[in-house]
Amino acid sequence: MNSTVFAPWDDPQEKPLIRFRNVTKRFGDFTAIDNLSLDIYQREFFALLGPSGCGKTTMMRLLAGFDNPTEGRIELSGQNIVPVPPNKRAVNMMFQSYALFPHLSVWDNIAFGLRRDNMPKHDLADRVEEMLKLTRLEKFARRKPHQISGGQRQRVALARSLAKAPKLLLLDEPLGALDKKLRQDTQFELMDIQEKTGTTFVIVTHDQEEAMTVASRVAVMDEGKLIQVATPDRIYENPESVYVADFIGDVNIIEGRASAQGEDTYRIDWAEGQAPLLATSPRPFSDGDTCHLAIRPEKITISADRPEDAANAVQGKVHDIAYLGNLSTYHVELASGAIIKAQTANTRRISRRSFTWEDPVWLSWTATAGVLLAN
Amino acid sequence: MTRLSWFNVVSLTLGFAFLYIPMIILVIFSFNESKLVTVWAGFSTKWYGELLQNEAFLNAAWVTLKVAVFSSTIATVLGTMAAYVMVRGGRFLGRTLFSGMIYAPLVMPEVITGLSLLLLFIGIGLDRGVLTIVLAHTTFSMCYVSVVVSSRLVTFDRSLEEAALDLGCSPAQAFRLVTLPIIAPAVVAGWLLAFTLSLDDLVIASFTSGPSATTLPIKIFSAVRLGVSPEINALSTIMIGIVTVGVIVASLVSKRNSVRQQQEEQAAARAQ
Ligand SMILES: Nc1ncnc2c1ncn2[C@@H]1O[C@H](COP(=O)(O)OP(=O)(O)O)[C@@H](O)[C@H]1O
Ligand SMILES: [Mg+2]
Repeated sequence: MNSTVFAPWDDPQEKPLIRFRNVTKRFGDFTAIDNLSLDIYQREFFALLGPSGCGKTTMMRLLAGFDNPTEGRIELSGQNIVPVPPNKRAVNMMFQSYALFPHLSVWDNIAFGLRRDNMPKHDLADRVEEMLKLTRLEKFARRKPHQISGGQRQRVALARSLAKAPKLLLLDEPLGALDKKLRQDTQFELMDIQEKTGTTFVIVTHDQEEAMTVASRVAVMDEGKLIQVATPDRIYENPESVYVADFIGDVNIIEGRASAQGEDTYRIDWAEGQAPLLATSPRPFSDGDTCHLAIRPEKITISADRPEDAANAVQGKVHDIAYLGNLSTYHVELASGAIIKAQTANTRRISRRSFTWEDPVWLSWTATAGVLLAN
Repeated sequence: MTRLSWFNVVSLTLGFAFLYIPMIILVIFSFNESKLVTVWAGFSTKWYGELLQNEAFLNAAWVTLKVAVFSSTIATVLGTMAAYVMVRGGRFLGRTLFSGMIYAPLVMPEVITGLSLLLLFIGIGLDRGVLTIVLAHTTFSMCYVSVVVSSRLVTFDRSLEEAALDLGCSPAQAFRLVTLPIIAPAVVAGWLLAFTLSLDDLVIASFTSGPSATTLPIKIFSAVRLGVSPEINALSTIMIGIVTVGVIVASLVSKRNSVRQQQEEQAAARAQ
């Protein structure tokens, strides 16, 4: 990556590796993918994120060639791949169920794709050994898939799909079956392998944390459409819609009416008898527009007294406390009955916590802490 | 081990007696010295010896074996192909009709199957012999194979085939290298079923066999009509023996496989 940031999507000279051009996929009269256009670049680790049934697997199957789009075209390195059958595409897929061949050993599973290319025996053995080493499976080469653990099986599936050095590797919820600890380890392993091999990865997940951890860019999907495509930090800090803000991480949404108050700054009238809130926004709002202030719990400060110079401060009482070990989330009930979540790091022992249930508290945040969204 | 109550002992004895007394009597009388089947006159193996000299029986046995091997093999190939298309072909036009038609021969009275085949063979001028019996047996045992194989294919994980395609197999290679090895036990079971059905079929064979070729069941049946001879007893005993050995071997093999699989899984569990 040298000193320049890896961001081919910002470079107009860069040619995308994959291009979805107005792709629609219908099953009968059900539209699974709805007029979708998307560019994915070489060496990207691209994550598809969305609720179950939003069309993530369908996207993968279109790329792998198991399904064909009803309308539109899909390009790989500038070439339309719709008419190319799956066995002729330089794309490999790691299946959600791993789909290891039960009658073949780990070694033969990995060698399976190489044998189809009639690779010379010697090169083939070298390549398989290389893959075994990469995925730390050397000791299990002679075992059958049913003789190894879930985590090992998952690594065999990965090794098998990487063995042919595809231009593009598709991973459909690859870590879904693993427990949290193993999943985190494997995420870093995946990133490592992606960096070493330089393959373009497209990963499907419904776990937003996983997408944030591994991906260079994240696409948030809903009902066959892309809602937002951006880097993880932009998705988190600058969501473009309430849907995205709500889908990624924890968020407070405060609805109100905007009115301009100086350059890029808006006043939000949000409840009877409450002082208006202040927020900056690069997106313009006209006076009287409905707006939603999305603000993350960790950006809200909780205190016993009203802070002196806070742009925004509201009073309430502690309704509930969620203790997460390193963090605590306070659910604060305002006079209007609305609940706002504020998160603090637990730097002190729990017995010395400053607030408890029913305590009156002040919540405050700056004008730039939240994002102002139209819908 | 639990001790059985007297009631259970009685039911067990009665049930098994009902099943096996006829066969035991047959086996005992096959070693009878006397030519009269119902009168015991001392132990002897002479009927076995005579059986080996009986050209007609030996011919019939040979024909039966040939027919069983050929028809079950062809039926397995065709039945597996039919099952594959029915389960995998998606919802093509007339799929329901076709799958119904494949299973219809299962419930068709054998007499009707035999008769219709006879009419067909006469119609196209095919001389009745080994070939016609093979064709007839293939026709009716194919649907049994298809039932056995398709019930396996229904539970077969489709993504295994997609993985094979993804790794560069043509559809035919994916079938040969992935699907077939995995469903092999069902295919073998289908073959065995077809083989057994062909071995003991009397009705359809009697419609489609000609003077040039007779199968063992037909031979036995016609011999019995002229009176039961101890020779038939000996022949039947040999057949019982072959079937028993076959069943025991098959169950031993499958038992050993499942034991080995269990051991492998335990070994894997320990290694984790
Ligand atoms: N072969 C199919 N026939 C009919 N509907 C399908 C088929 N495959 C997927 N769908 C539908 O398309 C939608 C998207 O599915 P999928 O891409 O698997 O979702 P996910 O995002 O959970 O992976 C779902 O509502 C699913 O029911
Ligand atoms: Mg899915």
